[in-house]
Amino acid sequence: MSMADVAAEKTGTVWRSRGGGRRSTRTLRLRTSAVLLTATVLAVLLVPPLVQLDQQAVDLAAKLQAPSLAHPFGTDDVGRDLLLRCVYGLRVSLLVGVAAALTATVVGTAVGAVAGALGGWVDRGVMRAVDTISSVPHLLLGIFIVAMFRPGVWPVVASVALTHWLSTARIVRAEVLSLRARPHIDAAVSGGASRWRVTVRHLLPGVLPQAALAAVLMVPHAMWHESALSFLGLGLPTHTASLGNLIQEARGSLLAGQWWPTLFPGLFIIVPTLAVAGLAGAWRERINPRRRSELML
Amino acid sequence: MIRSARRLPWGAMARLAGRRALFAVPVVLVVTFGVFAIAAASPFDPVQAYAGTAALGADQETLDRLRENLGVDESFVVRWWHWLTSALTGDLGHSSVLRQPVTQVIGERLVWSALLCAVAFAAAVTLGTLLGVLAARRPGSTLDRAVTSLAYTLEAAPVFWIALLAVWLFALQWDVLPAGGLTDTASEQVTPGQVASHIVLPAGVLAVSQLPWFTLYVRQGVADALAEDPVRGARARGLGEGTVLVGHALRSGLLPVLTLIGSRVPELITGALLVESVFSWPGIAAATVEAATAVDFPLLAALTTLATAAVLAGNLLADLLYGLFDPRVKLSEM
Repeated sequence: MSMADVAAEKTGTVWRSRGGGRRSTRTLRLRTSAVLLTATVLAVLLVPPLVQLDQQAVDLAAKLQAPSLAHPFGTDDVGRDLLLRCVYGLRVSLLVGVAAALTATVVGTAVGAVAGALGGWVDRGVMRAVDTISSVPHLLLGIFIVAMFRPGVWPVVASVALTHWLSTARIVRAEVLSLRARPHIDAAVSGGASRWRVTVRHLLPGVLPQAALAAVLMVPHAMWHESALSFLGLGLPTHTASLGNLIQEARGSLLAGQWWPTLFPGLFIIVPTLAVAGLAGAWRERINPRRRSELML
Repeated sequence: MIRSARRLPWGAMARLAGRRALFAVPVVLVVTFGVFAIAAASPFDPVQAYAGTAALGADQETLDRLRENLGVDESFVVRWWHWLTSALTGDLGHSSVLRQPVTQVIGERLVWSALLCAVAFAAAVTLGTLLGVLAARRPGSTLDRAVTSLAYTLEAAPVFWIALLAVWLFALQWDVLPAGGLTDTASEQVTPGQVASHIVLPAGVLAVSQLPWFTLYVRQGVADALAEDPVRGARARGLGEGTVLVGHALRSGLLPVLTLIGSRVPELITGALLVESVFSWPGIAAATVEAATAVDFPLLAALTTLATAAVLAGNLLADLLYGLFDPRVKLSEM
């Protein structure tokens, strides 16, 4: 369960704090999250095309240097600059995360909408299938799929997507069920609209905000999964090094006492995750002010 | 504790457990079937896996004979059925990577995983309750914000990364704890003392990975309870802050959280997969990763099934606790 799920489920009272500092804290959190996320996306999009540096540039004379002005994150065991490696690793992780989250959201929305719109035995069957698949731990199912299909970019995206559409399907189905009870759907049905038209024109637009929020929240989750798989040696090939690969490769240097090749890639996973959670919390407050989210970062 | 005076509803609990076991059978059947279907759809070839490099020089006839001997010339549905029927007699096949029968692998390693998870979970629950209560005492205070921020940060941090940093700090920098394994490399026997010192780091890291959700739920539960009438009444009667906090707020705030424990089995398994791998803990989760790396299908299929069974058992436990702790819920209706 991600932190945002915790926040989503346990929403409740907002506490009055002394000095009325609550509102400014929230604004500060929102701004910090927005700035961090923008910085992450800009770094990932702009650094590779603009900065004419080779992340693979080996410099054995400068291997395993501690963080300094020349190399803010230090260098790895063959002298590659770790800041650059981390930015490229984040780029790979983020791309895989976005691809997996998009796939999972499309599958989950389609399945959830069909189950909710058709109802009856289709709904029961689909939801029973969703329950069944979710009784296998996600990472284990992912490991199994990648092991069978051999590690690589597409098996990793597929394995993360295949284990993550379940929650979206549940959310979308619940939303469709509640939408179906609304008058405008009844009006459309009695106006002679076909089942397909009602689903596509009236139900799907209604669930899109929820599905979009779920997709955004899923990106850090998918990044986490990809990193875990790569760390276990069941993820991306080393020539498309992700943050998980970087942490895996750093194990040798860590045992020799160098902490920086391990520390920084991990921070690059934490920061976008926290930023997305902060933004999602603010967004949730905005679309539903009565259910104040409990993100207190 | 809560109902020491009342008898537990054993009958209703047994009936619920029985009903769930009945529902669990089709789930396990479908999951195992899915495992065989995925394997059949994948490029994985059992003959290649069995013969290894020897398969490169072998002629087609030998390979076909081998395929027949291994029983993999049939469709995956037939193989699934064979696997299932022999699993019922206690034969789960042979693990090629660990060179043992799969049942023996599980038998030898399950106890170490269970020990690790139990210690980690106990630590997470204890520490989480403590931190949650501290944070809930003064919502919005510096302490509350520190605890909550820490919880969110830990939740966002990958557990294998925390594990590696812990190894660096405790095993390499300070040299106070062993970096991995079950015993010292020189030691021949597994002694309780050795295990105790080797379990501290993996269990600690696993506990830290389970800590955030527990802390946040306890904080929320206790803070909500502190704002409710019974607590106001207790305060009005002049009861001390400690009594109010522990006797009233914690009690009503913690119970719903305790019932969630069972539903955390998937996260615990996920954490164990990564922690056992980092610390070379000889448990079942580390074996899963080894099996996956070596594409050891019999072992992987058995362990996936085992994990599914554990998740289902956890869900049952959650429902049982929920029914016991919340008088409004009738077990017979679940």
